[in-house]
Amino acid sequence: MRAFTDLFLRLDRTSRTQEKVAALVDYFRSAPPADAAWALWFLSGQRWPRAVTTHEMRAWAAELADIPEWLVEECYDHVGDLAETLALLLPPGPVGSVSPSLSTLVRERLQPLAGRLPPAQREVLRRTWMELDVPQRFLWNKLITGGFRVGVSRALMVRALAEVAGVEPAVMNHRLMGEWRPNSESLIELLSAAGPKDDPARPYPFFLASGLESELEKLGEPAAWQIEWKWDGIRAQVLKRSGQVLIWSRGEELITPAFPEIAAAAESLPDGTVLDGELLAWRDEAPLPFACLQRRLNRKSAGTTLQVQVPIVYLAFDLLESQGHDVRARPLHDRRSTLLELIEWARQRQVTQPQTASVAWIQADLFARDPSVRQVDAASFPLRVSPVVELADWSQLPPRRAEARSKGAEGVMLKRQDSMYGVGRQRGTWWKWKVDPYTCDAVLVAAQPGHGRRASLFTDYTFAVWNGAELVPVAKAYSGLTDAEIAEVDAFVRANTTGRFGPVRTVHPEWVFEIAFEGIAESGRHRSGLALRFPRIARRRQDKRPTDADTVETLRRLAGLA
Amino acid sequence: MLAVTEAGLYCARGDFHIDPWRPVDRALITHAHSDHARPGSRAYLCSEVGAGVLQLRLGASASIRGIPYGVTLDFDGVCVSFHPAGHVLGSAQIRVEYRGEVWVVSGDYKLQPDPTCRPFEPVRCHTFITESTFGLPIYRWPQPSAVFAEMAEWWQANQAAGRTSVLFGYSLGKAQRLLRGAPANQGPILVHPAVAQFLPAFCTAGVTLPEAPVATVERVRSAEGKALVIAPPMTADSTWMDALGDVATAFASGWMMVRGFRRRRGGERGFVLSDHADWPGLLEAIRSTGASRILVTHGATNPLVRWLRQQGWEADSLVEEHRPPSTPSGDHE
Repeated sequence: MRAFTDLFLRLDRTSRTQEKVAALVDYFRSAPPADAAWALWFLSGQRWPRAVTTHEMRAWAAELADIPEWLVEECYDHVGDLAETLALLLPPGPVGSVSPSLSTLVRERLQPLAGRLPPAQREVLRRTWMELDVPQRFLWNKLITGGFRVGVSRALMVRALAEVAGVEPAVMNHRLMGEWRPNSESLIELLSAAGPKDDPARPYPFFLASGLESELEKLGEPAAWQIEWKWDGIRAQVLKRSGQVLIWSRGEELITPAFPEIAAAAESLPDGTVLDGELLAWRDEAPLPFACLQRRLNRKSAGTTLQVQVPIVYLAFDLLESQGHDVRARPLHDRRSTLLELIEWARQRQVTQPQTASVAWIQADLFARDPSVRQVDAASFPLRVSPVVELADWSQLPPRRAEARSKGAEGVMLKRQDSMYGVGRQRGTWWKWKVDPYTCDAVLVAAQPGHGRRASLFTDYTFAVWNGAELVPVAKAYSGLTDAEIAEVDAFVRANTTGRFGPVRTVHPEWVFEIAFEGIAESGRHRSGLALRFPRIARRRQDKRPTDADTVETLRRLAGLA
Repeated sequence: MLAVTEAGLYCARGDFHIDPWRPVDRALITHAHSDHARPGSRAYLCSEVGAGVLQLRLGASASIRGIPYGVTLDFDGVCVSFHPAGHVLGSAQIRVEYRGEVWVVSGDYKLQPDPTCRPFEPVRCHTFITESTFGLPIYRWPQPSAVFAEMAEWWQANQAAGRTSVLFGYSLGKAQRLLRGAPANQGPILVHPAVAQFLPAFCTAGVTLPEAPVATVERVRSAEGKALVIAPPMTADSTWMDALGDVATAFASGWMMVRGFRRRRGGERGFVLSDHADWPGLLEAIRSTGASRILVTHGATNPLVRWLRQQGWEADSLVEEHRPPSTPSGDHE
């Protein structure tokens, strides 16, 4: 219990990600696997079914502390957390004695609690309390009551465990999926070096395009380039290996459960296939706003209602692995023709029964002899190939790019026909040419300090536009200013503070900035009812007064919401 | 003997107030924290050793008379004396006696050892007016030596990370206690001007404190993350603090016992070090006075009153309907 408590204290005492990861790494490197397994289990927010009531815990603690129950209540009101209140109330425990290990406590005391009668439970709690010091007691109480939050996100845990095991975060993320039992064997396997079992899970590093810098004519013949729409969805790789489908987002998140219809459709891809493409909310052959797609994100699962409300398609634009071979070095035109064949092959293998058409995909071979079963048509198969834009010469491209917004895209992509699929952001063969951002003029109304190097400066700003006579926030922006400009704004904020709310300072509405952004969505979270997508500061408008700033109505019109 | 008026605790027979919250003719002051020592009265009396810091607090024009601990004054037959309370430098309990009946006003006090002030001395009395800032049984202080050891470890870890350590503590009393308890020879210790202003008064009173220059931005920065800076909590959100660069902060207070209070301060490090009595301390002090009647003020009065009654004392909350709410002056816990 000592080591686990020290880990908890280290995590609880810092808000710095680096320090949290370091604390986790130190713990998982040194803790015995049986303890580490339970530590991981509890830190992931799991709880053992509660065997004693909080009322019993209060009564037994009051008795042991020799104080009346009303005084326990007074303390609980004051502290606000029962586990902590009881830990503090109990008589001082032993100093410097050896406490049982976490796994011993769980196995020999926590787990058997459920099968015991209250007098025996009382004995276990009293004995354990008196063996532990205050922070250990607090955690022991939390093990019983459940629900302790220490600010360790899944991503943080993945990072730390990946470091301990010496594997990529993607591999660790996958190892943590699914059924996982808190015992030594599972933990040792979890923290083992990379092995063949991990291979089916591993996505490829994403190849990223750079912003177009040269004039189109200097790119050579248009025929040497493949032009695609640049979609505004979620970039994702779909993997079908060893009979299993995995969907990885670019942020190395495993998002398979959030998109079951895509996973089901990808079942009919041949084994050893990896696609790169974009997930989009889609209806009537056009993308829905990004906000719709967001409803499908960060979910453990997507119910049928949500699947009907927000249908998803996956627009594949590249093929990274085919028949188990890495094909990234083959030229783009070659990969694309195989991609087209593969998707068509998958669609033909996919069948549906008419009455369950919208939700259930069923393997063709199972129902081959059933006359009610028919093949799905292209329009209802959610795996597609992203279309290409045909050009006769470069002069045709700017008008096509201008159409992007009306197509629900945010620009065009230019990829050399002979390009291989690279790693990271390599320049020269893949370019993105986004439509010009939207802009608006907004007033600086609040600021807060940044992080790390910028912790001593006000670098995070809130901007507002007019709603009648009132300024309502529409965006927070962090980037776009030079260091010198940041220093100027920082001085302005300090000299014009009108209120303080934690780290946030409201300022006198005086300075106007031009804000560039990629889109507007309706938002229940902002008082303006709007949220700007990817807002950043284009420049300060010293020529404008606050009254010249834009209005909510203008923004709504711009977004086509009016 | 003592009653609460609009101006505060008042002895009509002797015509004096104790820690009045409005200007009065004659104010007896338990200690120089701003919720006990307010400006504007015509004459102030306090412990002799506390006169220096009280003068700094009230300004040069205030008329202050210091009375040695244990020396009795007579106000129309009411005998008054000051006795060490162990709270901060010069803090006193005030003993008031008339025709053999004795009351003691505790002011703020603690029983823990503190080398920067005289320890609490129990005074026998009939009625004891006690503070109750930490009047709940969850408050049970760890040994100061253990807390200072933790603090030294924290400072060392910050030094290793090249991050200046900023330790918040109230400018009068706690800050000097921190300075005294900080490890010698671990690195430069610097103090905020609000803390520095009181150092000569401690020296005059015979309290030995280590050398601690004023924490100017230049001094802090040139120490390259090795310095320990002691500052009042109100500086947490100041331009001075912003200019110090990369800092790790910690707050030394009894409130740091509760995780939620610490987290509401932004997750900085907390050290449980208080200049007030904890629950066992309150009970021990009350017992040691031999008083049969206890009046409870300042803090969690109701639980303590109810508890004392159940233990057989005659106990009440001191009703102070005219007491102004404490200002966030950063003086008291």
